[in-house]
Amino acid sequence: MELMNEMNLTFSSKSMNENFARTAVSAFVLPLDPTITELADIKTAVSEAVTNSIIHGYEYGEGQIGINAKIYDNGRIVIKIKDKGKGIENIAQAMEPLFSTVGGERAGLGFAVMQSFMDKLKVTSKVNCGTSVTMEKYIIRRSKALNDDVNP
Amino acid sequence: MNVKTIYDDGELTALLFGEIDHHTARDIRLSVDSEIEKHHPTKLILDFRRVKFMDSSGIGLIMGRYRLMKLVGGEIVLCNVPPHLERIIALSGVRSITK
Ligand SMILES: Nc1ncnc2c1ncn2[C@@H]1O[C@H](COP(=O)(O)OP(=O)(O)OP(=O)(O)O)[C@@H](O)[C@H]1O
Ligand SMILES: [Mg+2]
Repeated sequence: MELMNEMNLTFSSKSMNENFARTAVSAFVLPLDPTITELADIKTAVSEAVTNSIIHGYEYGEGQIGINAKIYDNGRIVIKIKDKGKGIENIAQAMEPLFSTVGGERAGLGFAVMQSFMDKLKVTSKVNCGTSVTMEKYIIRRSKALNDDVNP
Repeated sequence: MNVKTIYDDGELTALLFGEIDHHTARDIRLSVDSEIEKHHPTKLILDFRRVKFMDSSGIGLIMGRYRLMKLVGGEIVLCNVPPHLERIIALSGVRSITK
């Protein structure tokens, strides 16, 4: 498994960047030739993590959000989304579907979506220091699989 | 603006457009809620035909409108949900509170 490409992005915790972040990551993973469904899954998961940093991490205030993304030649994608916001006290509870500390317009589904749309999800957090969400997805290399079939 | 509302004979239809996330959900909510408060419709129809992307903020939007419609004694209907939104809708379970 060889690293094919890596990128780092840092942007302000503004809600207009939710679209920017998911669009940028989706453009970055394109060389792996994902299906439209796989791309939509990645975009949705990125949108969830970035939105959480804006709403919960920085509570709509100013801050910086970082994304590190890597793609590997075997189709593996690793995306890490970090904030230096208020952190999560109880990660296990936060990750339960329908759990939200905000309520109202929030469904409490962000982590459930990341979990089901990606292949792996890891959350680390420290109160008053920040939160980091690492997600992985494996894209089946169609063009490569095709070549392997022809030249086994 | 990612919504167009049409009120007719007790039914409020909200035609949703483009990408629904936390950023765009705000204006959609303000616009739909002001129409609900103005007309007290018996039915709110959310039309997803032209929605390209939606994350859990869209689910929160549906749930919030469901609560408001319940308050004014009406029901909520989701229509024209495109295949690419089926998974998040299914995951959320909002089908059980809508028609
Ligand atoms: N980056 C973060 N910083 C601090 N707290 C967070 C962060 N991400 C998530 N949380 C906490 O975890 C809870 C669950 O997050 P999740 O995304 O599942 O639901 P939500 O954001 O509340 O609702 P939804 O995502 O459906 O709009 C949040 O309510 C919040 O308390
Ligand atoms: Mg969330």
